[in-house]
This record gives sequence, structure tokens and C-alpha cells, in this order.
Amino acid sequence: MAVAIAPPEQPGWFHLVGIHLRKDLRIEWRSREAIHSMIFFALLVVVLFSMAFDPTAAASREIAGGVLCVATLFASVSALNQAWSREIRHDVLDALRMTPADRSAIFVAKVLANFFFVTVVQALLAPVFFIFYNLRPLGNGWLLLAIVPLGTWALVANGTFFAALSIRSRNRELLLPLILFPIFLPALLAMVLAVKTILTGDGSDPHLLWLKMLAGYDIIFMTVSLLLFDTVLHAE
Amino acid sequence: MKKLWIGLGMVAVAALMLWGFHQAIDVAPTEATMGDVQRIFYYHVPNAMLSFLFFAVSFVASILFLAWRNTAPARAQAADAWALASAEVGVVFCSVVLITGPLWARPVWGIWWTWDARLTTTLLLWLIYVSYLLLRRFVEGAQMQTLAAVVSVFGALDVPIVYMANRWWRTQHPAPVFGGGPDSGIKDPTMLAAFGWNVLAWAVWGLMLLAFRVHVERRNQQIQLKASKAALAGR
Repeated sequence: MAVAIAPPEQPGWFHLVGIHLRKDLRIEWRSREAIHSMIFFALLVVVLFSMAFDPTAAASREIAGGVLCVATLFASVSALNQAWSREIRHDVLDALRMTPADRSAIFVAKVLANFFFVTVVQALLAPVFFIFYNLRPLGNGWLLLAIVPLGTWALVANGTFFAALSIRSRNRELLLPLILFPIFLPALLAMVLAVKTILTGDGSDPHLLWLKMLAGYDIIFMTVSLLLFDTVLHAE
Repeated sequence: MKKLWIGLGMVAVAALMLWGFHQAIDVAPTEATMGDVQRIFYYHVPNAMLSFLFFAVSFVASILFLAWRNTAPARAQAADAWALASAEVGVVFCSVVLITGPLWARPVWGIWWTWDARLTTTLLLWLIYVSYLLLRRFVEGAQMQTLAAVVSVFGALDVPIVYMANRWWRTQHPAPVFGGGPDSGIKDPTMLAAFGWNVLAWAVWGLMLLAFRVHVERRNQQIQLKASKAALAGR
């Protein structure tokens, strides 16, 4: 009598994202390598810029948006590099590639985990930032709660994608910023200008064009990343 | 015999470029407000047009590589050679644009550089394609072609976004000379002729460069294929 063996049940996509996300968060929770290095690095960038320019209150409103974005950008590169190089140890990446599950779940979970790390760093850094630069937003301060996460998402989504891409090169730590920075430029531009408009309160952007552009950038690049991630993971 | 024709072709291209130079420097009249510095326009604009063309070729070739990579490997290799060669030639043309632009801007605008729509887009294109070429050196093996094609797709996505962003932001670059409204277009026929000759000369020179580069890259691919086949055969 033939016994029909039911195939093992495939977990759903969201369930898979949850599994990968929990794994990434747990690894980070145990070592805290990425978060510690990011916080200290970002703090150093903020202090360095503050010392180098010694800005007045008016000038610091002009440049603070840029400093915040660049500090986040530099700091997150180190964490993004670690995100995938962790998977290379013990050939975890190859194991992941062999699973029948949807690869986009791996990517989305990594993006979510990195987004969480960078957001934690920003939240811890924000008070320091406001103290060193003597900031008091003259525009709608609460809009920062939309702009900064959107900009961070653009950085982290692209960064995770290009980190997966540059992991295959000889000197991967060097290659990631070389590819990521040019591609990230439009989002940096939008983020810097949106933050500047709020801090200076000059009302130069009444229709929130920069915020919309940032959202559009996020949607376009996230879609393309999801479409091409499989190609990058299996590029042989 | 083939070498003779190639040599004659190179001489013809050189003669055409000299003729274009003569048209731009000696024949075309001096512009009324800007003076002689306007003549740089005969190099700047053709190079800009052609660099955008070469980058477009590279982008299309990258898409074709991604599409054919698994189904038609031989065709995909040809597409990859075109993508690499046109990215390299495009970077050369784009560099000429980025050098001639500030040379003109300094006397006319009084500044070397400004963050304006066209300037920013051109610089971004140059940066992206330089990083594309760097990636091709950093990564080894067959996966490099796929990864490079992916970067090329992302780079092409960036350009319209930056262009639109800067249009909203501020612009200082002169309005388009062609198709930029009812008052646009070159009125003087000798100026138009000088411009046309230079577009033609630079286009032919660029295409010649592209053809040579594709040829070299195809040879390179054949050599590598032979080497890997020999390695597989155990010799």
C-alpha cells in the first residue's frame, strides 16, 4: 500500500521574515558589535564636525541636517558590512541559498534588522546632536519623525542590497561605500534639504516635495531591490 | 588588406576632427555677448549628447545581459562586452564635459561650479559609471558580469530622480539650445554648421573607439574561455 507522504508544510512569507528577523536580532543582541561600533563612530563624526566648524546657532541649523545624514551614512556602512559577512562564517549564506524558501524574505528581514539598529543609534544620538549644535527647530519639528525614518530606510535598503553584492569581492569593506554612496546621493540630497527646511523654518518647501521625493525613492529602489535580489544572491 | 582599411578609416576620422576644429575655431562667428569663450560650446554640447548616448547603450546592454544570461550565454557575453565598452567610452566623453563646463562657467557665470540640475546629473552619472568600472575590477569570475549589470540598472534609475529633484530645486544652466522653447535653436547658419560638424566628428570618433574596445573585449573573452576549457580538460 502506497503511503502518500505529505510534503512538509511551507511557512508563509511573513512567518519566514519573522524567523530571519528574530535570528538577526538575537545574534546582534548577543554580541552587540554592530550597534556599539555604530554609536561610537556616529558620535565621533558629530563631535569632529562640531569641532571643525564650531558653528553659530544660525549656521548650525543650515548644516545640521547634512551632518546628521553623513554621520548616519558613515556609521551604517560598518554595520551593513557585518550584516552579510556574519553569514559567510560556517557557510550560512550557502545554506540559505539552498533553502526552497523565498529569497526576498531573507532580504526584507535583513533590511528590517538593520533599520532597527540604525534607528536605535539615531535615537540615542539625537539628544547629543541637539546639545552640540544648540538646535531648536523653527519649522514643524514632528515632520522629522517622518523624514528621518524614510531617509534611513533608503540608506538601509540600498545598503543591505549592495552589501550582499560586494560581499563577493576581494576587498568587500572598501567596495560597499564606493557603490552605495553614488546610488544613495538622491536620497541624501532629499533628506538633507528636508531636514534643513524644518530646522531653519524658512518655508521654502510648502508642498513637502522633498518628503514625497524621499518616499518615491524608497518605493522605487525597494521594488527593484526585491526584483534583483535573487539575481545577486545567485550570481555565478 | 583589412588593416589598410582600418588605417584609412582612422586617418579619415582624424581629418574629420580637424575639419570640425577648423569650423569651430576659424569659421564660426564670434558670439555677441560671451565672445570667444562661447566656442567651447562646440565641444561641450556634442560630448554631453554623446556621453548620454553611450551610457544609454551601456544600460540597454546590461539589461540584455541579465535577460540572456541563462538562456543564451553566447549572446549575453556579447552584450556584456558592449556594456563595458560603452561605459568606458561614456566616462571619457563625460570627463570632457565635466572639464569643459567649468572652463566656460568661470568667465561667463563667475563661478566654476554650481549644484544645478544638469551639472549634478552629469556628475552623478560620471560617479556611478566610475564605480561600475571599479566594481568590474574588484570582483572576479563570471559573477562579476551579473553584479555589474545590476549596478548599471540601479545607476540608470538614479538619473531621472536627480534630474527632477534639481529642476524643483534651482537651475542655472542655460536653457536647452534645441527644443527649449520658441526662441531656442541656433540662428546663424555657420554656427549651426560648426556645431553639426563637431557632433559628427565626435560621434564617429566615439564609435570608432567603441568598436575597437568591443573587439578587444570579445578577444579577451575568447582567451578566457579557451583557458577555462583547457583547465577543464586537465592540460
